[in-house]
Amino acid sequence: MTATDTAYRSGVTPRRDGFPAMVRAEWTKFRTVRGWVIGMAVAGLVTVLMSLLGTVGNGSPCRSGPNADQPCAPPIGPAGRAVSDRFFFVHQPLEGDGSITVRVTSLTGHLPTGTPGSGGAMPEMRSGVEAWAKAGLIVKATTAQGSSYAAVMATGAHGTRMQYDYTHDTAGNTGLVSAQSPRWLRLTRTGSKITGYESSDGVHWSEVDSVTPAGLPSTVSVGLFVASPDYEVTEQHLGSLGSMSGPTDATAVFDNLTLQGPQPGGTWIGDAVGEGFGAPRGEGQDYNQAAGTFTISGSGDIAPAVGGPDHNTVEGSLVGAFAGLIVMVVLGTRFMTAEYRRGLIRTTLAAYPRRGRMLAAKATVLGVVTFVTGLAASTTAYLLVGHLRRSHGEAILPVSSLTVLRVVVGTALLLAVAAVLALAVGTLLRRSAGAVAAVIVLIVLPYILAVASVLPAGAGNWLLRLTPAAAFAIQQSLPRYSQVNTSGYVPTAGYFPLAPWAGFAVLVAWAALALGLAAVLLRRRDA
Amino acid sequence: MRQELHAEWTKLRTVAGTRWLLAGCVVVTVALSAAVSAAVTWSAGEPLKDITKLSLSGIQIGQTVVAILAVLAITDEYSTGMIRTTLAAMPHRASVLCAKAFMVTAMALAAGFLAVPMSLLAGRFFLPGKGFTPSHGYLRVLPADGSTLRAAVGSVLYLALVGLLSLGIATLVRDAAESIGIVLALLYVFPVLTHVVSDPHWQRHLQQMAPMQAGLAIQNTVNLHGAPLSPWAGLGVLAVWAAGALLLGGLVLSVRDA
Repeated sequence: MTATDTAYRSGVTPRRDGFPAMVRAEWTKFRTVRGWVIGMAVAGLVTVLMSLLGTVGNGSPCRSGPNADQPCAPPIGPAGRAVSDRFFFVHQPLEGDGSITVRVTSLTGHLPTGTPGSGGAMPEMRSGVEAWAKAGLIVKATTAQGSSYAAVMATGAHGTRMQYDYTHDTAGNTGLVSAQSPRWLRLTRTGSKITGYESSDGVHWSEVDSVTPAGLPSTVSVGLFVASPDYEVTEQHLGSLGSMSGPTDATAVFDNLTLQGPQPGGTWIGDAVGEGFGAPRGEGQDYNQAAGTFTISGSGDIAPAVGGPDHNTVEGSLVGAFAGLIVMVVLGTRFMTAEYRRGLIRTTLAAYPRRGRMLAAKATVLGVVTFVTGLAASTTAYLLVGHLRRSHGEAILPVSSLTVLRVVVGTALLLAVAAVLALAVGTLLRRSAGAVAAVIVLIVLPYILAVASVLPAGAGNWLLRLTPAAAFAIQQSLPRYSQVNTSGYVPTAGYFPLAPWAGFAVLVAWAALALGLAAVLLRRRDA
Repeated sequence: MRQELHAEWTKLRTVAGTRWLLAGCVVVTVALSAAVSAAVTWSAGEPLKDITKLSLSGIQIGQTVVAILAVLAITDEYSTGMIRTTLAAMPHRASVLCAKAFMVTAMALAAGFLAVPMSLLAGRFFLPGKGFTPSHGYLRVLPADGSTLRAAVGSVLYLALVGLLSLGIATLVRDAAESIGIVLALLYVFPVLTHVVSDPHWQRHLQQMAPMQAGLAIQNTVNLHGAPLSPWAGLGVLAVWAAGALLLGGLVLSVRDA
């Protein structure tokens, strides 16, 4: 009678439930349910497939010019970014250092009227100057599109400006050009440095800026230029956008032109730079010279390219993330609601009585799994779509590799946090259907309403600041430039009201709030 | 068939969720419609806005609640095992699905008949103050006008068709979370996709086949020639989606073990 009191003792040494053990338990749950593993694979697959579906067709054809009906590929500037480079240029070569001075006495132009012409015809024109119409002096490496330059100019509504290499802009005097207040402009080259000056009387000069463009050779083209960017009104319809846009033109009158350099006295040549890219109006670009007065008409812009329906962007390659997001929201919700449905929650909570930690462990496993799947899917989608587009001869607006990295990794992070938000909402509601619908409506519907639907830009921007849909800002690849017509910076064109990481933080805040609430309720409620 | 209808009516009536979902559908629809009507403003020189469609924007969120209602009408039976009782009592499976479809349609119509007129009233309340006045070329949002009436009635029918589409998919899938995910993906992913596709030809095709975009063509009252589909043809596309889903669901229901 000696063996009666040797009760069973587990060989495992007693210790507190560690967080790693909980994570391991949750990982085992996830890994061993075939439906969830398949679901995760489906999420990755639909992300890639739908992204590929976004490339159907031949892309947006150029509106006119020699490239009409062919995919548009914008010129590339000195920094490797897509640019817009189309203007009328009256120029001659300048070797070495020199200086050019001119007086601008008038800047007028034409804008399209509000009513678009029927059947793709040009809209009717009315008098008016585009706010960013430009007329002034430019020093440019070559007359080819995308080459390095520095320019000082009078603008339609933004005063005197000095700009170089497309993305750089310095404001000068805010006064506008008229016959009563003409504006004197001067550009001076000293080595690689270009200095711009302005004056109201040709006697008292003030420096606007002194800049060093990236690639000026010793012989450059120097002269007068006039440009007037396209006029664009974006009208949003349900599920599509119709943009009413049209070329504008500007006409500037110059006199008192002097060029100081090693060989002054050359002849002035008029060239429409970038003729053929975009839609120059035949009659909109012209110049004539009489008794030292130059009257130049130009159309187009010298500026960084901005997003819009005509351009493919990096985030456009990742459109499948929406489909992937919906699948991951379903999986995230079920990761919790399945426990309630099967009664497994009681076993889980019996094994791990610390409910908050249990939720954290679930969120960790779900977040990591969705992030890894999302990253694989978004990387694949980015590479495949880029390859497909290139093989069609289409261009994706180039951005820095850091930006690409942020967009691709950010998309995966977005999917992961959305899944965690779904997990938290699933914990709160304990019902799958309501939780899935609520999360999808919170994340996807505001995006649709703001980007592809009915709301005006102002209200759409607010939606994209407050709702979890703000996180799509992390996919925005193109920066905004204040010197490019700002009416194009709307959600429809891919511009979000918040900075990329700030927008992402909004989603994180929603997820954190929902997780916090879920932890509180989980502790209070009977399972 | 009368008994099946009676049984389904009793089920729907005695589940507390139904009436909350119906009320929720009306509230979110009217709230979004009113918010959109309050957010838009008239500005000179822009093309004519479709204010009837604007004041019915709430349908875009209301449809999700109808989808939840329709999905739960069948998945709840599967999650509780009730489906076995139902099919034991009513062995003719097609009739069961028909009865459910009838009830879902009735619920969606009821929600729509409340939500749509209230949305139009909200539009009528807000829009004139935002510059959408007769002097700017906008007649008042009045259900008496033929195209407005079509948009209003069509929006109610749209809700019913979304309900039927959801019921069909849920019968096929049997799981609430997955069904609602598939329904919302069908509704919401197409608009995002058409936004990215740059080929205008394909963009138009996608708009013609997308259940939500095609179905909501019924709300168009201006620029009908520019739309990818005529209003009734658009609603017809959604009806084809719904009929296809229901047929497939019914077929699977009758051959599969419950």
